[in-house]
Amino acid sequence: MTNFQLIWFILIGVLFSGFFFLEGFDFGVGMLIKSFARNDAEEDVVIRTIGPHWDGNEVWLITAGGAMFASFPMWYATLFSGYYLVLFLILASLIFRGVSFEFRANMETAKWRNFWGWAGTIGSLCAAFLFGMLFTSMIAGMPIDKNGDMTAHFLDYVNLFSVVGGVAVTVLCLVHGLNFMRLKTSGELRERALSWNKILYPVLFAGEVVFAILLFFSTDFFDKKPLSTTAIVVALVIFTVLAYWGVLGNHEWLSFIGSGLSLISVVVLIFNGLFPRVMIANNSAYSLLIKNSSSSPYTLKLMTILAFSILPIVLVYFIWSYWVFYKRLASPKQNA
Amino acid sequence: MLNLGLDILGLARFQFGMTTVFHFFFVPFSIGLAFVVAVMETMYAIKGDQDYKRMAQFWGKMFLYSFAVGVVTGIIQEFQFGMNWSEYSRFMGDIFGAPLAIEALAAFFIESTFIGMWMFTWDRFNKWVHTLFIWLVMFGSSLSALWILAANSFMQNPLGYIINKQTGHVQMVSFSKVLSNPQLWNEFPHVIFGAFVTAAFVIAGCSAWRLLKRDHVTFYRKSLNVALIIGLIFSLGSIASGDLQTRYLINNHPMTFAAMEGLYKDSTNKGEWTAVGGFDTKNHKSTWSVDVPYVLNLLSYHKTTGTVKGMNKVNKELHAKYDKKFGNDINYYVPTKTLFWSFRIMAGAGALFALLAVVGLIMNRKKSQAIMKQRWFLYILGLCLWLPFVVNTAGWFVTEFGRYPWVVYGLLTIADAVSPNVSVASLLTSNIVYFLMFAGMGLVMVVLCHRTLKAGPDAANIDGYAAGDKEIDPYSKGAFNHD
Repeated sequence: MTNFQLIWFILIGVLFSGFFFLEGFDFGVGMLIKSFARNDAEEDVVIRTIGPHWDGNEVWLITAGGAMFASFPMWYATLFSGYYLVLFLILASLIFRGVSFEFRANMETAKWRNFWGWAGTIGSLCAAFLFGMLFTSMIAGMPIDKNGDMTAHFLDYVNLFSVVGGVAVTVLCLVHGLNFMRLKTSGELRERALSWNKILYPVLFAGEVVFAILLFFSTDFFDKKPLSTTAIVVALVIFTVLAYWGVLGNHEWLSFIGSGLSLISVVVLIFNGLFPRVMIANNSAYSLLIKNSSSSPYTLKLMTILAFSILPIVLVYFIWSYWVFYKRLASPKQNA
Repeated sequence: MLNLGLDILGLARFQFGMTTVFHFFFVPFSIGLAFVVAVMETMYAIKGDQDYKRMAQFWGKMFLYSFAVGVVTGIIQEFQFGMNWSEYSRFMGDIFGAPLAIEALAAFFIESTFIGMWMFTWDRFNKWVHTLFIWLVMFGSSLSALWILAANSFMQNPLGYIINKQTGHVQMVSFSKVLSNPQLWNEFPHVIFGAFVTAAFVIAGCSAWRLLKRDHVTFYRKSLNVALIIGLIFSLGSIASGDLQTRYLINNHPMTFAAMEGLYKDSTNKGEWTAVGGFDTKNHKSTWSVDVPYVLNLLSYHKTTGTVKGMNKVNKELHAKYDKKFGNDINYYVPTKTLFWSFRIMAGAGALFALLAVVGLIMNRKKSQAIMKQRWFLYILGLCLWLPFVVNTAGWFVTEFGRYPWVVYGLLTIADAVSPNVSVASLLTSNIVYFLMFAGMGLVMVVLCHRTLKAGPDAANIDGYAAGDKEIDPYSKGAFNHD
């Protein structure tokens, strides 16, 4: 394994971390449209919290996908063709939620505003769940042949472990979204987000414990890397506890950072467990490895130079855009 | 499993064609609208004329709809390579992935961040800074076109690579050669100019319909003027860049060129050009044609003499060149009728756009009322708003079908590129669902644009967000209802 290969394995992890941190609250807020908001005016505010940002957040996914294609074409090819149906459903969900915000704002009748509101809610929910399911089943190992082609059956990606993983990621996104709402709104919505999180966090703890137990039985993470895996799982729980403590003590930033770091720890857990593999085959001889799945040294070097010169600039204006929209949004008046 | 005579190759090709065509309805429309809106807002910044601000906001609304659909369909495009074309991804990843990743990193972030800024900050930044945002969006989206076309150009004309002996995959050896590919610098201006023409004629067409109703005459006549000036400049630009690109094909892809001109046999020195004709694609000959002498040479070489190789000869040459590696049962004839007619639609429409722009600009002079009186002309403009979408599709047909049977010219056939592990059922399902979703989104787009047009420029606060928090509470229900 060369240094450049290692750098890109880490960079893909960083891009997915960025994606889950940002799109995490974005999915969470999306799920709240039809569940948390009590009327049309509240739905507007809920959507408005992510209005200027959702698009940029989704670019993290596109960048992660593109970077994977560029640096590990074999990984990209195996993962994307193997998870055909899951990714197809993810795409459908992302499409529905993506257009729903713009379309909903421009509908004239309550019926159609309602329709696109639901499209945003269900799209966000499904996307979060399916991403969780995809990555959970991926680390459990998949039937991959000599050529690197994965031919999985329904039960390979829909099973107890992957469903628990999907639910855990969904709940994590949901609390992250609520924590984001707490930062971006004032009044009634801000209060309600707090009371929701007080109920949801115990559910999340239960989910994390079940996930950790199943992780022990379904993957080889604890066998191969007992120390680091345990450490990351503990970190995950600590971040969640911190966030919950923030919820109880009304420290809004602490809860938001806590839930964001919890999502990042899940990504770190996955990438740490994968290493030095990128795809785990049931027959370990066919697992895809970092060292034999990557692009040529020339391409990796080129991409490294480009990434390290462009990414800092991107981060500057990306963060600036959040700063511009930092202002809290008022909750609509009760009789609105 | 049901046997419907469907195979993964056919379904994957259909899906790629369908998603690309649909995605490419919105891409040129968005790039073009970003440009036109940026021009309008710049004029507002310079002149301080509120009409131009209203124009930027009004046409900007259509831009936002189009952008939303363009983004979500773009994700399908990126994922599709891995999902449907895994063998292609393995073969081409070393070269194809890089421009795709840079596209996201360098272009999509600019585009998506600044579109949010532009959309929500009308009253928060001074007008110059706000105008800068839309120019950045326009810059980002053009940049993304550059990178994806760099990838496409490699597929048309591979340069700057070697074949790795161990893996048999392509491997990049010179990034500068990939970027300086002449194919790219023929293709890129043509695509960008075409995008500007698309937006210009959609705006011109919409304005024409409103002028027929004598609605907001000053506003729509001003819009028409901006649109037609842009339309004129860039339809001429499209024709010129199209000419460069076509002539580049004569040596580079002789099969494509011969098919575009419907030549089975080599042309004679007289340069007889087939204006229209019929083809027997099974027996590889033309059945009837209306020929004009010398035009073929004028088009191909810009002079009256010369000959062009016909498809039958090119076919023999290709077999001689590639049979050793790919076997002799590959069909090198490209879909002749599709290319022949697509090319005619494209070239004909290019000329028509330039003509309409000239006539329109003359009629729409400030002191003249001609444009209001010549209603037939407004009807023609109104109908032509659909034409750019047909032309853009025709352009991609020429490019992509012209590469048949290759996915990467001379290196990888389409048949060898498809994912072997995806089932017919999965592909069929995704094809049907995508089709329904596209139909739905297309319909909503048309309805929304129509409604925006009907509501008129007075209602064109961008999504009600532009109103800011000062005068009206933008989160009350009324702020979202424009009617």
